[in-house]
Amino acid sequence: MRLCSIFGRAIRLSLIVVSTAALTGVPVKVSAAETEQQGQATGSHEAAKPERQSWSFAGPFGKYDPAQLQRGLQIYREVCSNCHSLKLIAFRDLADPDGPAFSEAQAKALAEEYKIKDGPNDAGDMFERPGRLSDYFPWNFPNEQAARAALTAVPPDMSLLAKARTYERGFPLFLIDPIIQYQERGVDYIYALLNGYTNDKDPNWNEYFPGHRIAMPNPLSDGVVDYSDGSPKTVQQYSKDISAFLMWAAEPKLEARKRIGFRVLIYLAVFAALLYLVKRKIWARLHRGGANPH
Amino acid sequence: MSGHSTYVPKSAAARWLESRLPILGLLHSSFVVFPNPRNLNYWWTFGGILSFMLAAQIVTGVVLAMHYTPQSQLAFASVEHIMRDVNYGWLFRYLHANGASMYFLALYIHMFRGLYYGSYKAPREVLWLLGFIIFLLSVATAFLGYVLPWGQMSFWGATVITSLFSAIPFVGDSITTWLWGGYAVDNATLNRFFSLHYLLPFMIAGVVVLHIWALHVPGSNNPAGIEPKSDKDTLPFHPYFTVKDGFALVCFLIFYGWFVFYVPNYLGDADNYIEANPLQTPPHIVPEWYYLPFYAILRSIPSKLGGAAAMFGAVFVIAFLPWLDTSRVKSAAYRPLYRIFFWIFVACVVLLGYVGAQPPEGGYVLAARALTVYYFFHFLVILPLLGLFEKPRPLPATIADSVLGPKGQGLSTETNPMPGQ
Repeated sequence: MRLCSIFGRAIRLSLIVVSTAALTGVPVKVSAAETEQQGQATGSHEAAKPERQSWSFAGPFGKYDPAQLQRGLQIYREVCSNCHSLKLIAFRDLADPDGPAFSEAQAKALAEEYKIKDGPNDAGDMFERPGRLSDYFPWNFPNEQAARAALTAVPPDMSLLAKARTYERGFPLFLIDPIIQYQERGVDYIYALLNGYTNDKDPNWNEYFPGHRIAMPNPLSDGVVDYSDGSPKTVQQYSKDISAFLMWAAEPKLEARKRIGFRVLIYLAVFAALLYLVKRKIWARLHRGGANPH
Repeated sequence: MSGHSTYVPKSAAARWLESRLPILGLLHSSFVVFPNPRNLNYWWTFGGILSFMLAAQIVTGVVLAMHYTPQSQLAFASVEHIMRDVNYGWLFRYLHANGASMYFLALYIHMFRGLYYGSYKAPREVLWLLGFIIFLLSVATAFLGYVLPWGQMSFWGATVITSLFSAIPFVGDSITTWLWGGYAVDNATLNRFFSLHYLLPFMIAGVVVLHIWALHVPGSNNPAGIEPKSDKDTLPFHPYFTVKDGFALVCFLIFYGWFVFYVPNYLGDADNYIEANPLQTPPHIVPEWYYLPFYAILRSIPSKLGGAAAMFGAVFVIAFLPWLDTSRVKSAAYRPLYRIFFWIFVACVVLLGYVGAQPPEGGYVLAARALTVYYFFHFLVILPLLGLFEKPRPLPATIADSVLGPKGQGLSTETNPMPGQ
């Protein structure tokens, strides 16, 4: 929205300057107007459009692949968790049968690997204890300021990332998307981004990030994570698995939603058909004529 | 509605109640035997659909309010708590969020039906004004509700719209500070928006009661736009329109269910899954789709006060419709020239909506301005002049004639008291 007083313009420009600096960690050049025109995030004309990938959870009967989610969790723990938080996921969620489907014992053991700050105890001191199922994933940093000091920008929390990112589909695709149930724009974007570090000379250049300058350098390379189930140790596989994991983290109820949805819509369709037949029967009384239906 | 109802209670319990509070008779005369024009088409089912959607929003909203925390540090997380931990919380959340969109879809169809068939014309002007009040309250309610999840779009949309009040000369800044409860949208704003969001739907329900009362004085309009003249022209509400409304409602629920279960985030904005950050503006602040035409009008005027005035003007001009349209003929079915301009107006509103979602750059700026001018031109110039110069088609003698031709054979004679008798 255009706040067209001079004061309003100054506020808006300074906000864009601040947020550009925050996002890219790069000293902003003189012409902030230029940066504005190049596009800030989802509206950029320059960033490439991600391609549609195939996901096991797409479509009306989509389901998560527990093995894929477990690999994705491994990538999160070994690579992403160094910088990113996952504060809406608790260790008990890992035992979700519609998700990673760890056993409760496995989830408990995983939780106990973490040190969680707790307290105060009866002596008034804070202390550390091993994680429990009810704890949430802890962050590597105590607060945002520490993260910004170490990394020049605050990495976004990953719990909702798959639903918080998207890209412009444009006309007329945006009209077709609800019919074909295309709701994986977020994960398609994340997958593309992780495979989009195509400039060997510039570690912060990404083909799909709006404005092309991303604070995060390429986090993945072939072989960086050791899969034990024989899956290929390639950036493409890693990015697929972490994207699927992030989709589960953002939408843990996806399977239940689609399952219940199918039953509800079948029920409503049958109900509609029956009601239609009753409606026709009642209105047909008008053609018989004469008698008062009451 | 005058005169005593024809309801005869069948049980002793019903007679006991009826003699103390004649609510059974009221329900009977309003929703069982009430005469409706026999030629109503499916565009008339959206009033019933809207009543259902209002009830659905209230029920899902009350349940959500049991688990939501209206505090700026906790609100976003409380919504995620609903989505993840509350049993079927995700279902209530998606029902409520998509329900708002479905409510507005039905509302706009309901209003456009009124525009096409002249349902706002005498003697239904008060009915139209009450409907306009419901529209205003609904717009306010949805705006307040969208702020509650405290995402980026919640916060910044609230900032943009509440800042419009600062455009009022002399008192604007004070009013805005008073609205905010502070010097910017913050916790105080969230808290009071939650209170108002809970309150307004019950005010809507009250105005809906008045709306149905005002409707039952003259009875419903109909596709021919001529009033019923005898009981040959009408049918009792039950069973003819209860079953028809029921069927239409279930079809609508299928459409609603498709969004809730299969594409629940399609109508929303991805930026609202990012927690509100007062220090970071989203690149494109866009409201929900049902505000887009008015948002386009707001942005088309290069002045804060002018834009706000144009936006509110675009909303309020709807209220003056009964007096802007000078035609004596109600229904567009008999107004061939008006029909063309009606569909042009629909295209104008849809295009305004599309432009409202785009960044205000390049060709979109000119398009928004042209469409805004046409929007007001339709109401303030075309409608008054059309009624004076248009030659309408000859009207049928009765509703029954328009359904079956002048001979009117094969119609069963229902003995229904006419409204007002």
